[in-house]
Amino acid sequence: MSYGIKLHIWGEYACFTRPEMKVERVSYDVITPSAARGILEAIHWKPAIRWQIDRIHVLKHIRFESIRRNEVGSKISARNVTSAMNAKSTQDLHLVSDEDRQQRAATVLRDVAYVIEAHFEMTSKAGSDDNVGKHLDQFNRRARKGQCFHQPCMGTREFAAHFALLGEGDQWPQSELNEAQKNRDLGWMLHDIDFAAGYVPHFFRAELKDGVVEVPAFQSEGFKS
Amino acid sequence: MTIQNRYEFVYLFDVTNGNPNGDPDAGNMPRLDPDSSRGLVTDVCLKRKIRNFIELIEDQTQGYDIYVKEKSVLNLQNKKAYEALCITPESKKMPKDEVKAREVTAWMCKNFFDVRTFGAVMTTEVNSGQVKGPVQLTFAKSEDPVIPLEVSITRMAVTTEKEAEAQSGDNRTMGRKHIVPYGLYRAHGFISAHLAKKTTGFSDDDLSKLWQALEQMFEHDRSAARGEMVGRHLVVFKHATALGNAPSHELFERVVVDRVQGEKGLPAQAFSDYSVKLDGQAIKGFKHVVEVV
Repeated sequence: MSYGIKLHIWGEYACFTRPEMKVERVSYDVITPSAARGILEAIHWKPAIRWQIDRIHVLKHIRFESIRRNEVGSKISARNVTSAMNAKSTQDLHLVSDEDRQQRAATVLRDVAYVIEAHFEMTSKAGSDDNVGKHLDQFNRRARKGQCFHQPCMGTREFAAHFALLGEGDQWPQSELNEAQKNRDLGWMLHDIDFAAGYVPHFFRAELKDGVVEVPAFQSEGFKS
Repeated sequence: MTIQNRYEFVYLFDVTNGNPNGDPDAGNMPRLDPDSSRGLVTDVCLKRKIRNFIELIEDQTQGYDIYVKEKSVLNLQNKKAYEALCITPESKKMPKDEVKAREVTAWMCKNFFDVRTFGAVMTTEVNSGQVKGPVQLTFAKSEDPVIPLEVSITRMAVTTEKEAEAQSGDNRTMGRKHIVPYGLYRAHGFISAHLAKKTTGFSDDDLSKLWQALEQMFEHDRSAARGEMVGRHLVVFKHATALGNAPSHELFERVVVDRVQGEKGLPAQAFSDYSVKLDGQAIKGFKHVVEVV
């Protein structure tokens, strides 16, 4: 892909929650293409483009840590909000955290760093003045200056992701993986969610080969759940 | 007015003889990073205190209600009464109609400080019901390792008669407190002007209230468990634009905390063991705004 980008991202913690273990969250071993896409979109995105992740380079040893926190169990119900709107009062609209408490553990990744290789494709929403060069420039400009729409995160927002563009001639960050850690089967992993087709998750067989996860194109080998 | 600039901030606070944030997994011991023995305070712990402070100072102020309250009296009867006024609710989900869904979210943002600031999940299906707040906080970590102490305490009374009988009138119970003798914690925060502009309307007034909360919230969160906690320094990086002018990690690196007494990597005794420098200059006072151009 000639229009590809390479982005170095890193953070102290990360949580790419496995869908089958999301009550007491357990992270995948590495970043999912979906989370990587979210990071790119936090830097630059327009409805005219769709990011596709091509490759994920894992730079650090995969380590986990457990964190338990007090969380609330419920979401804000739209119905209660509507009643409060009608009553024009917020008096009884709230959630008492003590009464709706859940203690949940999260098994999160520690000290992560990746290089994301990606490209984008134009969507049907692209107008006449949208072209590949423009969006590519915009992304590169922003990423180089550290600009973003909002600070990207490693799965959840409390784990901020730092980023730096890897342009032509920039030195690649060193991988800290030893030979034994560079190859492993990561099992079935979430690729992304098909929002257009009613939130259908797609999975792919992720394999770390020589420190790199090759990500298939979203529509090609994706398996629906 | 809705904020127009991106911000990052470094927030330094300390604890003396207290437990800043207990770990439910470790019998309420202070949270520790197992790698480095440095103390941790979660983002949600700090957000809780910000909410409590705003609730305290903006009690009854229109638009500054807090959605996720710590404790309060739920007047359920009242609630039912006005629920009856409501037009027949069609389903438990967000209104399918996107315009209506937006109205609901906009109303929540307008009325609740915490929804406007931190965001909220208000729905199951329609995306517009999920508000991503402009203010993002990360875990706070102590500059040096902390050594949590377990302090045993006695109480000269018992709760039940049965206990009294068992002790044949001695009436004593023992308990435990976990404290950190001293720890200076550092938290990083991000504020996205785009999220403020696009959805929540987080304003300049809200922003100054947030700064005020960070400065004063520990003054109003005294308890037996917390010991003495103090907001020490807040360094605010204000970008010239909404998109920003510099990578956040480079800005954070400009705030350097050094040991002036004792050795880096060993627990400290007091705030005077540290010097906090911004671009090599010592900083004084609580809030420092740095224009990033």
